[in-house]
Amino acid sequence: MSLTQHPIRLLALLGRSVLASLAAIGRIGIFAGQTVSHLLRPPFYWHEFGQALLSIGYFSLPVVGLTALFTGGALALQIYAGGARFSAEAVVPSIVAIGMTRELGPVLGGLMVAARVASSIAAEIGTMKVTEQIDALVTLSTHPMKYLTLPRVLAATLAVPVLVAVGDSIGIMGGFLVGVNRLGFNEAAYLKNTADFLELWDITSGLIKGAVFGFLVALMGCYYGMQSGRGAQGVGRATKSAVVAASVLILAANYLLTELFFSA
Amino acid sequence: MITLERITKSFGSNHVLRGVDLTLPKGESMVIIGGSGTGKSILLKCILGLVTPDSGKIIVGGQDVRDTDRDAFLARFGMLFQGGALFDSLRVWENVAFRLLRGAQTRPREEARAIALEKLRRVGLSPRVADLYPAELSGGMQKRVGLARAIAAEPEIIFFDEPTTGLDPIMSGVINALVREIVVEMGATAMTITHDMSSVRAIADRVAMLHGGVIQWTGPVGDMDHSGDPYLDQFIHGRADGPIESVR
Repeated sequence: MSLTQHPIRLLALLGRSVLASLAAIGRIGIFAGQTVSHLLRPPFYWHEFGQALLSIGYFSLPVVGLTALFTGGALALQIYAGGARFSAEAVVPSIVAIGMTRELGPVLGGLMVAARVASSIAAEIGTMKVTEQIDALVTLSTHPMKYLTLPRVLAATLAVPVLVAVGDSIGIMGGFLVGVNRLGFNEAAYLKNTADFLELWDITSGLIKGAVFGFLVALMGCYYGMQSGRGAQGVGRATKSAVVAASVLILAANYLLTELFFSA
Repeated sequence: MITLERITKSFGSNHVLRGVDLTLPKGESMVIIGGSGTGKSILLKCILGLVTPDSGKIIVGGQDVRDTDRDAFLARFGMLFQGGALFDSLRVWENVAFRLLRGAQTRPREEARAIALEKLRRVGLSPRVADLYPAELSGGMQKRVGLARAIAAEPEIIFFDEPTTGLDPIMSGVINALVREIVVEMGATAMTITHDMSSVRAIADRVAMLHGGVIQWTGPVGDMDHSGDPYLDQFIHGRADGPIESVR
């Protein structure tokens, strides 16, 4: 018999899903609280923090830079084509700059970091769990949250805004290159337009978003890594869940922050 | 001395430990034997606090483990994990000196490296291994590095979880001899989990058999062959017929 023939069963199934989701949100909230609380209690593992900063920040530069470059170029083409319908082609420089700094820089940068970093953190920590390395850490008097989670989460929170700033600059440059070489804008006029219409808050709001996205990405990687099931399948599932959760949370947080920062 | 009193642990409807009582005198080497899935590793993890028992009491050195400072408690232990559990991202010597490079027992880096090299030498590994990564070592070498890490901070109590699993007979013999030598030399209290009867005879002062969630038999290793316990007899002789079901 199908579920639709049994409304109570359907309701029970729905209730179970809601309860499971709420429980997961609660567990992630507790995990986040524990991570932050370790920031206030020594020791702090500087070496692990430095390595995480290098891995999350420096090694993500190429992927974030390329994403921003192509996005900036495509954005310039789209705005030009759309603006031409009502003779507003001149807005290309300012819209590219505002679009990149407020939205596309942080969101696309965050999503690229989610794909690259959340997966690698979840796979690494998940494998450590499966091979008893997490247990070994505990027996060596080292708290796994302090040693594995806090350095990664802090590094991502600090590194992603820097990546966003670099991505913003490259994205604007991508728009500039397309604007000047394909759309016939004057170089000086394009740059003047960009500078005149861009406000400091456009940039800082994007950097704040970057910090929040970085925190979420590393948190999801660590959380699902720590929750990993046994074997290759367990690690694979943890990796997939980390990327999906980080991506969805980035998009949800982006909406909430945009609402907070820019709603009238 | 380690004393376990009525330790129970269940995972859902699977009652793994159903009231384990066991005493391990200071300075002795006890080997816990039993079939796969009988809860031997869980028992070790309960003592270390990696798994919380549902009920019962664990007393180490006269103190209930729940009342002890966690870091000070763990500093008394060394553990060799079944798969070595070496940290992939660290070099061999950094694995061995892990405890000496961070936390309460921190030493200067050069001193920690010197201690690591000495412990590697103690387990028969040359200094050139020190700068390799664990993935570059064979299974037997990884076990030796794990052993070196377990003894690096000279713990009072050492746990060995399946020290010879996955090794060839010769390497098993080498590891057994090392475990025995180190335990005697350090005067440490040791608890080992194994299925390997040659390890039992090489390592143990006392043997305990875990079956059905309780200690089925315990006694000196010399009494093992004429215990009169049908469960122990079946296990040590590897017979398919007997009170232990071969299909579990």
